[in-house]
Amino acid sequence: MTEFLATARDTTEGKVYTVTGSDWDEIAPAVGDERIVVNMGPQHPSTHGVLRLILELDGETVTEARVGIGYLHTGIEKNCEYRNFTQGVTFLTRADYLSPFANETAYCLAVEKLLGIEEQVPERAQVIRVMMLELNRVASHLVWLATGGMELGAITGMLFGFRERELILDIFEMITGLRMNHAYVRPGGVSQDLPPGAVDKIRETIELLRQRLPEYDRLLTGQPIWQARLKDTGVLDLSACVALGVTGPVLRAAGLPWDLRKEMPYLGYETFEFDVVTETAGDNYARFLVRMREMHESLKIVEQCLDRLRPGPVMVADKKVAWPAQLALGGDGLGNSLDHIRHIMGESMEALIHHFKLVTEGFRVPPGQVYVPIESPRGELGCHLVSDGGTRPYRVHLRDPSFVNLQAVSIASEGGLIADIVATVASLDPVMGGVDR
Amino acid sequence: MTGHETPHGVEPFGSPRVDPQQAVAPIGEEQPADPIRKGMFGVEGSGDTSGFGGLVRQAAPKTSTPRPYGSYYDEVTEAMERALTPSAYAVAVQRVVVDRGQITFHVRPESIVELCQTLRDDPALRFELCSSVSGVHYIDDTDHELHVVYQLTSLTHRRRIGLEVEVPDAAPYVPSVMGVYPTADWQERETYDMFGVIFTGRQSLTRILMPDDWPGHPQRKDYPLGGIPVEYKGAQIPPPDERRAYN
Repeated sequence: MTEFLATARDTTEGKVYTVTGSDWDEIAPAVGDERIVVNMGPQHPSTHGVLRLILELDGETVTEARVGIGYLHTGIEKNCEYRNFTQGVTFLTRADYLSPFANETAYCLAVEKLLGIEEQVPERAQVIRVMMLELNRVASHLVWLATGGMELGAITGMLFGFRERELILDIFEMITGLRMNHAYVRPGGVSQDLPPGAVDKIRETIELLRQRLPEYDRLLTGQPIWQARLKDTGVLDLSACVALGVTGPVLRAAGLPWDLRKEMPYLGYETFEFDVVTETAGDNYARFLVRMREMHESLKIVEQCLDRLRPGPVMVADKKVAWPAQLALGGDGLGNSLDHIRHIMGESMEALIHHFKLVTEGFRVPPGQVYVPIESPRGELGCHLVSDGGTRPYRVHLRDPSFVNLQAVSIASEGGLIADIVATVASLDPVMGGVDR
Repeated sequence: MTGHETPHGVEPFGSPRVDPQQAVAPIGEEQPADPIRKGMFGVEGSGDTSGFGGLVRQAAPKTSTPRPYGSYYDEVTEAMERALTPSAYAVAVQRVVVDRGQITFHVRPESIVELCQTLRDDPALRFELCSSVSGVHYIDDTDHELHVVYQLTSLTHRRRIGLEVEVPDAAPYVPSVMGVYPTADWQERETYDMFGVIFTGRQSLTRILMPDDWPGHPQRKDYPLGGIPVEYKGAQIPPPDERRAYN
C-alpha cells in the first residue's frame, strides 16, 4: 500500500478517510457495509463557489444530502447599517455578484418607497433600469449555462457562455465603468446617463446574441449526453417548490407561470411585451429549457427599452436626494466631472456646502419598514428595509432567491445518484455571494 | 441612551435626538417609537441658514391604522375574521399597520402558527408562499426588542401581506412556522443566528451563516463591531460603530 493514497485517522465520529482520487479500491474493503458520509466541498469546483454538501451514500446512491453554507458570509446586511443610504448600494451590489443590478434595484426601490418618491423617478431612469436588469438576466443565465455545462463536461458550452457574457459585460463597463459590482442604480435614479454610442453598441450586441444563442440549442438541447444527464434528474414538482419557497426559473419549470414582472409589476414592466416561459417536467432539463428561452424574452425587453429611451434626466429633481456629483466617463473609467468640480469649487459656496452635507451625511429617510420584491434571474429577490428616520438604514435584509432555493437540494437529490447532485445543484443556480451575503 | 449630547458634541449611533421642548405627548398609551427629528440634516439651535433646519418631521408612533385599510386589505382582514372567528382574530392580531401601501399584522407570538395555518389553507386567503422571514432588533423598544417579520404571498389571489411578532429580549421565544411553511427552515435559522430569536417547536435550530461555535448574534444592535482601529500618521481611526455619526 503506497503512503500517499487514502490516509485514515480515528476521530470521535469514527474512522475518517481522506480520499485524494484513484484510491477507492483501498477504501471499499476497509469500509465494508458501513454507511459512508462524504463531504463534497466547500472547495469542490462543481459547487458554484464555497458550497459544502454532506452526503450519506449507499454505493453511488445518495440517501441523505445536507447543505452547509456560510463560507462566504461577509456581513453585508450589518455593514449597511453603518453607511448612509446611498452607500448601501455599494455593498448590496456585491451580494449576488452575478445579478448586481437586481440587488441594487430592489434596494433602491425600497429606499424610494420609504421616501415616497417612486412617482418622481424620471422615466428615462426607469427604462435604463429595466434595460440593465434584462441584460443582467441574460448575462446571469449565460454564466449559469457556462458553469453548469462545465460541470457536466460540456466544455464548449462553458467557452461559448463566457464568451457571450463578456459582450454584455463590455456594455456594462461602457455604461457604468465596471464589469461587475457597478453601484449604478442609486436611490432616485441611476448614477450616470448612457454614454454616447451605448445604444448602438447594445443594438449590435443584441443582433450578435440573436445569432449566437441558437448555437446553444444546436450544441446542447438535442444532444443525447446532455439529455441523459438532465432529464428526470433533480425533479421538483410544483407543491415541493411552493412549500420550500422556490421561485424563479425553477418554479416556472415546474409549470407555474409565476413571474413578478407580470404578476406584481414594478418599474413599468406591465407595459413591456414579453412571454413568461414555462415547462412542466420540473426536472433539470426543464430548467435548462426555461432559462434558454428566457434569454430570448429578455432580449425582446431590451429592444423595447431602446425604442423607448427619450432624452431626459436620470435622477430625481429633488436636490435633497439626488447625488450632487454627476460623474463623467473618461478614458480611464468613470471619474469626477470637471464641470461639477468647477461649479462647487469656483462658483457656488452653497453648492459646495450642499455637496458636502449630502455626501458625508446623506439624506434622512422617514421611519417605517417596507418589503420590496423583484424578479431576479434566480427568483424573488426581496429587500426588507427598516428606517428609524436617520440617514442610515436601521436594518437591511435581502431575501435572496439563491438562499431559499438551495434548501431544495435535499429533496431534489436524495434517492438519486451522486453524479446527479452536480447537475441538480447547477440547475438551481445558487450564487454563494447571495446565499451567504 | 438618553439622547443628550456628549461632551464632544457627538452622539453615539442609535440614540434618538430629543428636543425636550418639542417632545410630543404620547399618543394613546403607547410611547412614540421614535422621537421627533428636526430638519433635513437634523440641525438644532445653530446659525443654519440653509433652510433645512426649519423642517420638523415627526416619527411614526406605534399606532394602529383605523379601518378601512384600502386596497384588498379589508377583504383579507374580513376573511381572517371569518376563518378565525372575530373574537379569536382580536386576540391573535394586536394591531394592524398600513404604511406606504403595505399591510402588516402585528400578531401575538402564541398565535402565529395557528394564524399562518389559516392564512395558508383558507380558500379566501390562500397565502401559500412564505416569501421571507427576517428579524429586526429595536434596541429602544423596551420589552419588545426583537421583532420577526414574515412576508406572505398568495399565488392564487396575487396578494401580499406582512406579519410581525414582537418578543422581549429576556424571553426571545417564537413558535416556529416551519410545520406550515417548510421554507421557513433556513430563514428561521438565519434569524436565530443573527438575532438570537429562539424558534420553538422545531428541530435543528442551529447556526447557519456563522460558524457553529460563534459567540453572540452579530446583527443585534448591541453586538460590538470590534473593528480594528486604523492608525494613520499617529491618529487612530475607530471602528465604524464608534465613529462620528449624524443620526
